Amino acid sequence: MNWLNWLSDFFSDPARRSGPDSIVHRVSEHLMLSGEALFYAALLAVPLGLLIGYTGRGVTLVTALAGAARALPTLGLVTFAVLLAGVGDTAVLIPLVALAAPPLLVAAVEGVRGTDPDVRDAARGIGLTHPQVLLQVCLPSAAPTLLAGFRTATVQVIATATVAAYVGLGGLGRYVIDGLATRQYAVTVGGALLVVLLAVGAQLFFALLARFALPPGIRAQRRAR
Amino acid sequence: MDDEPIVRWYWIGDHLGYLGNLLADHAVIALVPVLIGLLLAVPLGLACARFPRLYQPLSAVFNIVYALPSLAVFVVLIPYTGLATQATVMIPLTFYALAVLLPTTVDGLRAVPDSVRQAATAMGYGPWHRLTAVELPAAVPYLIAGLRVAAVSSISLASVGALVGRGGLGYLFIDGFQRTFPTPIVAGIALIAVLALAVDLLLVAARRLLAPWAVREQGAGS
Repeated sequence: MNWLNWLSDFFSDPARRSGPDSIVHRVSEHLMLSGEALFYAALLAVPLGLLIGYTGRGVTLVTALAGAARALPTLGLVTFAVLLAGVGDTAVLIPLVALAAPPLLVAAVEGVRGTDPDVRDAARGIGLTHPQVLLQVCLPSAAPTLLAGFRTATVQVIATATVAAYVGLGGLGRYVIDGLATRQYAVTVGGALLVVLLAVGAQLFFALLARFALPPGIRAQRRAR
Repeated sequence: MDDEPIVRWYWIGDHLGYLGNLLADHAVIALVPVLIGLLLAVPLGLACARFPRLYQPLSAVFNIVYALPSLAVFVVLIPYTGLATQATVMIPLTFYALAVLLPTTVDGLRAVPDSVRQAATAMGYGPWHRLTAVELPAAVPYLIAGLRVAAVSSISLASVGALVGRGGLGYLFIDGFQRTFPTPIVAGIALIAVLALAVDLLLVAARRLLAPWAVREQGAGS
């Protein structure tokens, strides 16, 4: 057996084309779960981070917490959450959100704090209120940092959603875990390859966003640097 | 699960030796890769600082490597390194550590001001002497900042290795989940956090010892 055999075994199996174990279905499960986790994490972390960055209060605390969060073992959080709350999306969403929130929080804080203080003063000087300065000046100038934070968080969530298959969830991790359990190495390798492709695809997506979707003023600034 | 308490302390008391063995295994699996990563990052970083054209493609490659999900990489390595061997888990962890340490090494080497470099040359330092006496010490705070990130992530990532049969403390998560018994899971999370904290404190102490000047210039390179 070699790689080509494994992969052709995996991709030619009719179960991969339709039904609950098809590639399309597993990829969409994986993306749904990851997207949901990112959505809640962003809802929590971005406004809080913007506020902390703007007021400058609690920055040290946020940095320390984000460093500590790196030490949290994902497999431990996922199994623990499922034992406490029972198998289901909600139980797994909690650890996923807990993993995605710290990089987003740090990115929002650092992005806002990185705004040129002269620009902030000028915005105040021409009569903008604090919320206006935050949303119209600091938020666009934080956009590149925020985007980098989203990239880190997304890649982490995609990786962890794979681990979540161990506790019975869908997604691409199913192939990896089920293949290991039933000693069908072709299935495991096929699943692993798809996860890698998804992670690299997410990286590319964010690289493209950083190139084309940033506010024009910010883009020019970045090129000049 | 309803009447099962979150922690049964007697289980921890009964299994202290077992937990100690897992902790030792975990420390080896997680930290040896960081050391190897450091040994590779310094020469590679030097090469990148000398030949800047090398750095762009290398950092692009390591950016992608860093984004590869650990479980997927472990699985892909199994046919070469075997199921449940240390190598299956340690090889990817080495690359993750290198991906963190290479940019911090290069940043550290680049942080030496040109004036300082020229002053060293003017004082008669050859390239080798200048490297060991000026450029590498100047990079130490950056290297330690990188090591802190790499070591803590490595300690938490190593537990995923339990899914391919070798994850040190990660085994407690599998064990606890299969028996719907949360105590080992809590013990595993706590021990991993303690190990990460201990290594982090050691690195902070090392920075105070090796680069006392950097303690006041906060957070160099982080």
